[in-house]
Amino acid sequence: MYMILVGGGNVGLQLAKRLLAHNHEVLVVERDPRQYQRLCSLIGEENVFLGDGCEMMMQKEAGFGRADVVVAVTGEDEDNLIVCQMAKVVWNVDRVVARINDPSHEAIFQQIGIDDTVSATGIIYSLIEQQITPDLMLPVGALNRGNIEVVEVELSSRSPVVNKKVRDIALPHQTMIVWILREDHGLMVDGDTVLQAGDTLVALVPRSSAEDLRQLLLPVKVV
Amino acid sequence: MKVIVFGCGRTGTTLSLQLAKRGHEVTVIEQLPQAVRRLGPDHQCKIVIGSGLDDDVLEKAGVQHADAFFALTRGDNTNLMAAQLVKIKYGVPKVCVKVADPLRADAYRKLGYFCISPSSLTAGMMRDWINEEPYGIIDTYNQLPPELEI
Repeated sequence: MYMILVGGGNVGLQLAKRLLAHNHEVLVVERDPRQYQRLCSLIGEENVFLGDGCEMMMQKEAGFGRADVVVAVTGEDEDNLIVCQMAKVVWNVDRVVARINDPSHEAIFQQIGIDDTVSATGIIYSLIEQQITPDLMLPVGALNRGNIEVVEVELSSRSPVVNKKVRDIALPHQTMIVWILREDHGLMVDGDTVLQAGDTLVALVPRSSAEDLRQLLLPVKVV
Repeated sequence: MKVIVFGCGRTGTTLSLQLAKRGHEVTVIEQLPQAVRRLGPDHQCKIVIGSGLDDDVLEKAGVQHADAFFALTRGDNTNLMAAQLVKIKYGVPKVCVKVADPLRADAYRKLGYFCISPSSLTAGMMRDWINEEPYGIIDTYNQLPPELEI
């Protein structure tokens, strides 16, 4: 696949290295000449393009028209937004991914149709939140472009499903508990498995049902 | 009208002072405190220091009740993002965006945004001046010159 990365800072560089290792055709677009030189020496000049990735003429030269994926990972949200929007609207790129630096901008990215966003600040925040507050459902991955979430839930003794058989729990539609971590051992799950306090469940859940699952597994919050 | 001007550069300053003088209620959003000194000591504008991409700043500037929003910073992408934010999220009825890059201006015009491209305007008027042709109406200048099409 042909993947264009706009922004050759650390995020762009590390991502490019990984994608190249997986034999993708990669082009990193970087406008700063010094950073461009550095990238050339690190990943080879055939994989780097000097220019402003927001300019349409540069986009044409860089081959946006035949890109399978465009990823915008500069440090500026406005640049990432416009690059992704132009990739979609002007060049009909199938898949665009934007890095978001300020989590409060997530909504506007979604509203203009950029569904795939990665907010490092948001992820770090939710990891810290998970560490300091009990009874959270933690997203660990996403399938089908985020329509299916892979979630991890640690059951405390206050969870309403503790000591129940899996078959007796009314899981939301199309939701599955796939695996349990119990005292360092992984358990396969069937209808007869009895959930215990301290279990860490891994479940697949459609995004639309994630909130239902959370309410089912976690104790009702006393505010 | 309640008008928000984002960016107190030369364009923002000139526009804000003219609109305020004509009785509009003008709020200027500007990142740099020193930039608003361009407005001079006697201006009638309300000033909010901060970024027009920030919800808190926009709300402080009264975006919920604004009739018009002008995005006039020197960053095309900043202007285009701010314009979409205030139109989509806050439903501001009239939004005007300054976009220096004629190609980007053209792309967002097609998406329904009123973009003014100073580069196209200036170049077009200079072209007519040197060719000693009569000046046209604004629309003849504020569109993508065919020579730039890709």
